[in-house]
Amino acid sequence: MRVPVSWLVEHLGFDEVPTPDELAEAFTRIGIEVEEVTPLGPVTGPIVAGRVVEIEELTEFKKPIRYCKVEVGPEQVNQIICGATNFVEGDSVVVALPGAVLPGDFAIAERKTYGRVSQGMICAADELGIGDDHSGILVLPTGTAQPGDDAMELLGLNDSVIELAPTPDRGYAFSVRGLAREIACALEVPFGDPGTVEVPEPEGEAWPVHIEDRPGCSRFVARRVTGVDPTAPTPWWMRRRLMLAGMRSISLPVDVTNYVMLELGQPLHAFDAASLSGALTVRRALAGEKLTTLDDQVRALDVDDIVIADDSGVISLAGVMGGASTEVGDSSSDILLEAANWDPASIARTVRRHKLPSEAAKRFERTVDPALAPVALERAAKLLNHYAEGQIKPGRTDVGAPALPEPVSMPIDLPDRVAGVRYARGVTARRLGQIGCQVSVTTSEEGQTIVTAVPPTWRADLVQPADLVEEVLRLEGYDTIPSVLPPAPAGRGLTEQQRRRRTVWRTLAEDGFVEVKPFPFIDPSVFDAFGLAADDIRRNTVGVLNPLEADKNVLATTLLPGLLETLQRNLARGAKDVSLYNIAQVTLPRAQQVPVPSLGVDRRPTEAEVASLLASLPNQPLHVAGVLTGHRELAGWWGKGRLADWSDAVEAARRVGAAYGVTLRVVSSDLLPWHPGRCAELRVGDWPVGHAGELHPKVVEALGLPKRTVAFELDLDALPLDDHRPAPMVSAYPPVLLDVALVVDASVPVQSVSEVLGASAGDLLEDIRLFDVYTGEQAGEGKKSLAYSLRFRAPDRTLTVEEATSARDAAVAAAAERLGAALRA
Amino acid sequence: MSGANDPYDPKQVAALSAENLDAAVQKAREAFAGAADLEALAAVKPGHLGDRSPVLLARREIGALPPKAKAEAGKRVNEAQSAIRTAFDERFAVLQVERDERVLREESVDVTLPWDRFPRGARHPITTLAERIGDVFVAMGYEIAEGPELETEWFNFDALNFGKDHPARSMQDTFYIAPGDSQLVLRTHTSPVQARTLLERELPVYVVCPGRTFRTDELDATHTPVFHQVEGLAIDKGLTMGHLKGTLDAFARSMFGEDSKTRLRPSFFPFTEPSAEVDVWFPEKKGGAGWVEWGGCGMVNPNVLRATGVDPDVYSGFAFGMGLERTLQFRNGLPDMRDMVEGDVRFTQPFGTEA
Repeated sequence: MRVPVSWLVEHLGFDEVPTPDELAEAFTRIGIEVEEVTPLGPVTGPIVAGRVVEIEELTEFKKPIRYCKVEVGPEQVNQIICGATNFVEGDSVVVALPGAVLPGDFAIAERKTYGRVSQGMICAADELGIGDDHSGILVLPTGTAQPGDDAMELLGLNDSVIELAPTPDRGYAFSVRGLAREIACALEVPFGDPGTVEVPEPEGEAWPVHIEDRPGCSRFVARRVTGVDPTAPTPWWMRRRLMLAGMRSISLPVDVTNYVMLELGQPLHAFDAASLSGALTVRRALAGEKLTTLDDQVRALDVDDIVIADDSGVISLAGVMGGASTEVGDSSSDILLEAANWDPASIARTVRRHKLPSEAAKRFERTVDPALAPVALERAAKLLNHYAEGQIKPGRTDVGAPALPEPVSMPIDLPDRVAGVRYARGVTARRLGQIGCQVSVTTSEEGQTIVTAVPPTWRADLVQPADLVEEVLRLEGYDTIPSVLPPAPAGRGLTEQQRRRRTVWRTLAEDGFVEVKPFPFIDPSVFDAFGLAADDIRRNTVGVLNPLEADKNVLATTLLPGLLETLQRNLARGAKDVSLYNIAQVTLPRAQQVPVPSLGVDRRPTEAEVASLLASLPNQPLHVAGVLTGHRELAGWWGKGRLADWSDAVEAARRVGAAYGVTLRVVSSDLLPWHPGRCAELRVGDWPVGHAGELHPKVVEALGLPKRTVAFELDLDALPLDDHRPAPMVSAYPPVLLDVALVVDASVPVQSVSEVLGASAGDLLEDIRLFDVYTGEQAGEGKKSLAYSLRFRAPDRTLTVEEATSARDAAVAAAAERLGAALRA
Repeated sequence: MSGANDPYDPKQVAALSAENLDAAVQKAREAFAGAADLEALAAVKPGHLGDRSPVLLARREIGALPPKAKAEAGKRVNEAQSAIRTAFDERFAVLQVERDERVLREESVDVTLPWDRFPRGARHPITTLAERIGDVFVAMGYEIAEGPELETEWFNFDALNFGKDHPARSMQDTFYIAPGDSQLVLRTHTSPVQARTLLERELPVYVVCPGRTFRTDELDATHTPVFHQVEGLAIDKGLTMGHLKGTLDAFARSMFGEDSKTRLRPSFFPFTEPSAEVDVWFPEKKGGAGWVEWGGCGMVNPNVLRATGVDPDVYSGFAFGMGLERTLQFRNGLPDMRDMVEGDVRFTQPFGTEA
């Protein structure tokens, strides 16, 4: 909300008016956010009112240009070029004479333009630094000023506009009335409430009105003004204020409703009474009903929209925007003014549904003072009476019964206890009184002093003690609250899982991977590029209703799409050797979707309710994934580099396991998007936890990735929190080292051979390491030769070669029996 | 050489004469001194210490001497041989040192050669920041709580005292989960973890929760639809807003240095009452030390306590939340938030594993 300082302080009893910055600081201190303070102008030099005497239309240019004779003082007429066309001879305008300097250091001089000499400039409002209206030049209402009058005074350029963003709980602060009251509290100055307009007793009804939908409309008040002069202009002072508040001047009746809304916070609507047919009914829209709103849009109404209807059907989208058919127009002289209280939630839904935010709706959504409607109507009617000779009819319609704020009681020292401050005696009662509460202080049966506050009608947000506490604390100043550390509880530190996750995070970085954080939104067509079958579980995604990018409308079930896209971006930017990783939640729908239970918030949900709440969410396990392309080891002066291959992906996955305290087993697998012959399944025991290897050449091609790109992905949450507590015994006796070469079928996985040897060599085996794999003629067709070095050691004595040899022979015999391994000759 | 039966006079055996032996010693010394390296020394060694060297040949003559003379001649030969041996050893030691020094000199390399064989990895700075914040609060006795990113509206809004159609709900531009009536959202803040924590844990509760959050903001230099927050929650008997302020001040000092502090400005959040915006005094602010908007906080609204079964007449507490991207942006002077989400390795690598 934008408010000129001059308007704000009109209601405040300052001995000396503070500067705009001081006012802004006061607003900030009590919690009304200040977006901007904008001083008007600066304008210097001769700026005067002028009267357009004669207009010559110049036709030789591409756009309309006028050469005007403007009376700018007694017996002084200047010739001025003007590009605007929204004025006629006789109009009163503002002229910047040569020597004037307008905002933006815009110096006005006599100059030749469009082939004529121009002696000044006829100004638009924004050129003078008043608002941002540049729809034409500023035409002053007739009689506002005489030619030659100093326009500086008239325009009130010695003023500033403060733009405020009150929080949504403070509906009252969307008005000059509410904001002035806040300043009165903050700076302790007298406040003259513009909302204390005398409201006369009515004589009869203004118009027949029925509220059919009481929840939607708690109060509807109407007042009728007849004989309004449709040609009466909006007075300059009102136009200026509207302009500075960011609203355009439309016509006197509309301007009056807007002005009263800005001043008091009660949105009003003006109907052309002559266009109304029959009684007004407040109800919800019927299915299929349509309304043409003031902005000439035809809107299909929803059965949840609150509307005002007459015998002709719907004539207004209540609280949001009026209808075109009953709009006050150029000839309207019989005006029905409406002020109402609409259900904030309904208004909010209608605004969202029709994407129709309006100044009125903004206030209704935040709750409008239920006592204000007749006051605001009286104010508006009087303005119409004063400026357009309208006759205020004696009747007033006032239907409905709005709820008024309930009293709130609390121990009088509650603010002290919440703040951790000892406030001076009487502070709480005084501050609550200052914001408009009726305050009484009593003593409870337990001897406690209780303060009871009946909130003012405009403070529907004050419903519980905490709300009153906040009022006291913010007005006393948050800067008076001390800084005290609470006594430290005995925390248990990180959980086992949190510590291990951190280790994983660090391990991959230490291992040369760079962490990236792609968004979880993916385009489901990536699964086609992955070659996934139609029923692949990873295609079972959760959708986003309102994605930012239309095609990325589902949540990732695997981290690979995001990682591969990030890889592509790096490659496109010239990177060649890239290793990336990501640790993030993925979203996996449950086989059986449990509906979300409908729970209140007035009590703790039962254990069963909590359980069903948690069960209604998809599974969201934490995954870790990585991709590598290009060199794993770079070439350099030391020699050749080494390209990343499937084994780097498998090793990275195993390192993740090790960092988590788990040894991952590797089993040959075949899962897209991996290469069917170069895909490892990682297991904990027999439980699969992820995959690693080279990507399928078709996938690589489809995604435009470098050949031999490799990747891994593990479900971190599937890794068990094994109690990793080794207790090694280190023998100081010498080892016996023996090598053995075994020939097995090429199809036998190395891991099986290693496992059999390891398991069969007995307790004396300290270490086993594969140091060569040979396939070729000497190994034989369809065979491979595996060379192992075995290290034996006894814990309690020097081992003999014979003992070691017999242990090795036992291992070889087991490999021969179980896997058909032959000792290589 | 004298004949076996010649009358004895050692002086007459020329090889054993003091002059000859001295000369042999002298010659040996000269030869050793003239050897430029260990190889040359080895080459001249046999001529002075070998079987055919003058001193060794002289020693053979001793046997022919009468017993009386043997001792004296033997002593002379021994002295000469010892002198030669010493001269050799000394020279050997000198040349060995020279050789060792030369070898080391010859083996020297240019240690300024680059060694970037294994490309360096790095953690995302948001990860490091989240971990660091976690550590700060763990040191204060807090524990780290977690929650899912896809959340029920009940946890994200209802339990946090957001009315069904309250404008505050639309303040946070929410990603909704399909279908339209799913009642599921991508959490718009880490605050649902407040409600989860109060349902799950025994009181008192002191937790922080760093995590990923979502709002439908278009990506630009200062906004990203996917971002991270850290949430703090303390519920205990007798907690005051002064305790909140003290905690925030300690947090600020740990992040921005001992000179840092916080300032509270009244504000509104449905789940806290009173509520405040937190500004932090940032000594290294561009253009000079000053206040920077940092996050939101307040005393937990009794309605939140009620919805999670905590008696607001017995317990009170505070909550706060900050954006990690924003914190990182002003702390490190990062000009463009997009760099944090695009995953360009050139952005992340300089952060290494600590930042």
